[in-house]
Amino acid sequence: MRKKTNFTLTEYILCSALVIGIFLLCLCVGSVNIPLKETWNVILSVFGIEEANSRVYYSILINVRIPRIMSVGLEGAALSICGAGMQGLLRNPLADGSTLGVSAGASLGAIIAIVFGWNFDFFIGDTTMIMAMITAYASLMLILTIAYKLDYSLATNTIILVGVIFSMFAGSLISLLITFAHDKINTIIFWTMGSLAGADYSDVLSLTIALVVCSFAILRHADELNAFAIGEDNARNIGVDVRRTKLVVLIFVSILIGVCVAIAGTIGFVGLVIPHISRMIFGPNHKKLMPASMFFGATFLMLTDLISRTLFSPLELPLGVITSLIGSVVFVYIFYKSREVR
Amino acid sequence: MIKINNLTVEFGDKKILNDISFSVHEGDWLMVVGPNGAGKSTIVNAVSKAVPYTGDIYLKEKNIRDLKSIEQAKIMGVLNQSHNVAYSFTVEDIVKLGRYANKGKFLDSYFDTNSSKVERAIEITGLNEIRYQSVLTLSGGELQRTFLAQLFAQDPEILVLDEPTNHLDLVYQKQIFSLVEDWIKENKCCVVSIVHDLSLAKKYGNKAMLLNHGEIVRTGDVSDVFSKEDLKKVYNMDVYGWMNDLAEVWKD
Repeated sequence: MRKKTNFTLTEYILCSALVIGIFLLCLCVGSVNIPLKETWNVILSVFGIEEANSRVYYSILINVRIPRIMSVGLEGAALSICGAGMQGLLRNPLADGSTLGVSAGASLGAIIAIVFGWNFDFFIGDTTMIMAMITAYASLMLILTIAYKLDYSLATNTIILVGVIFSMFAGSLISLLITFAHDKINTIIFWTMGSLAGADYSDVLSLTIALVVCSFAILRHADELNAFAIGEDNARNIGVDVRRTKLVVLIFVSILIGVCVAIAGTIGFVGLVIPHISRMIFGPNHKKLMPASMFFGATFLMLTDLISRTLFSPLELPLGVITSLIGSVVFVYIFYKSREVR
Repeated sequence: MIKINNLTVEFGDKKILNDISFSVHEGDWLMVVGPNGAGKSTIVNAVSKAVPYTGDIYLKEKNIRDLKSIEQAKIMGVLNQSHNVAYSFTVEDIVKLGRYANKGKFLDSYFDTNSSKVERAIEITGLNEIRYQSVLTLSGGELQRTFLAQLFAQDPEILVLDEPTNHLDLVYQKQIFSLVEDWIKENKCCVVSIVHDLSLAKKYGNKAMLLNHGEIVRTGDVSDVFSKEDLKKVYNMDVYGWMNDLAEVWKD
């Protein structure tokens, strides 16, 4: 049997159909259920094809659900491609964007902004987001500098070690900040649990730009990531510029993670589990694995978000909590079912 | 094809390689031998730019400091002694990656996937039967043949083998060495291999280099390098006597 290493057109169409289907489902279901026909009517009315039948449905969909669900889908895709890239680059199935310490760095920046009550609106986002992006990037630079000082060749183990230590350091700073800022504790806690409840179109725009730019850059390195996953020495032997590839992939992953954390807080597990599931289905070749992870990540997070807002409606559960809950159970099941396949 | 001048590698205060110079020409198979810790593998690491070094290394008259990774891979390929693949890639995936250095510069990352070089590499290493099998299910010998096929697909003019048959049983030892022997005959290339087994070195190599404590004890034709006195000095034992004792066991 001959295996195709790239996504075939059929697979692209099937996966896109899946994502669009789930998107429509998420639009229709919620604290107010909207019939598919009405949803379709609202979508058409946006393009001026039909007249909107109901102001209420229009307002719910256009102002709340569409930006939220689009953000959720984009976020899922972004976290998953980051995870897939990191797992290949670091040859470590436990790696994801957060292993680097970048998520922790981004959280730290955002929480600083919340605690000190900085609040200015910028063109692409508010202070929390800008701070998260700046600190995400700064932490990456710090981590890489330390790793580089320790180890000229930037060995993956060194990067992971420094990343984990940095996460702990940032975590303790966050706890310290929380201790001194009782009044903001609710905002901080809800933010750290991860949520996209208040997402608007500026979030959609930021996520789209970040995802398009970064995923393009990461996908271009699919061959290099395959070589890394096979072995760093082997990658060097066949002509991969090992240090450059590491730097480029790490930088784009951390930008993407920075934007994701800035918008939604920490949403765990997606970046870890989705690439695993995709690998079990599509194999380890990154040319296929990374697009597949993006589709599955979007689908998974949209469904999870659906559950988090409908399960105890009108009470909303934080998205990050549900991803970890569902993710861990699903993961253990799948891992158990296919121990030999890996 | 390879010219090395005053190569020195240090880790802290310790000199692993001390000022060694040698060259390898087309059609040569240079066997690098010496006891553990002599610095054999460090030569491979220096040549593949995995460790910092002083001195100059030229591949086909080009200093490797000026060569990009991809240009270097077109000239020289390395086979490591062991491989630890993290995920279940297929044999074919790995062999195809050998063409990495020769892929086009276009946005799509398609290689010349049906390249005759990949097909030929798979064929001569006898991997056709298992080409779609996951490498995690392979035996040590099959895995080493997979990476040898990758090296053949890469098709460099200089092959560097770092103890290529270290963990392999007799059948595979013979297989790998015979494959490389045929490869030299059919291609304009040279091979440098690090070996522990002096008998293999003597049987397959035409040139040899004897290393001890990071310095060259002797280099030249195999018959000159493997002299009784030098081997005795380096290994602190009567190597000839021992080899003859071993051969004696197998007399009919």
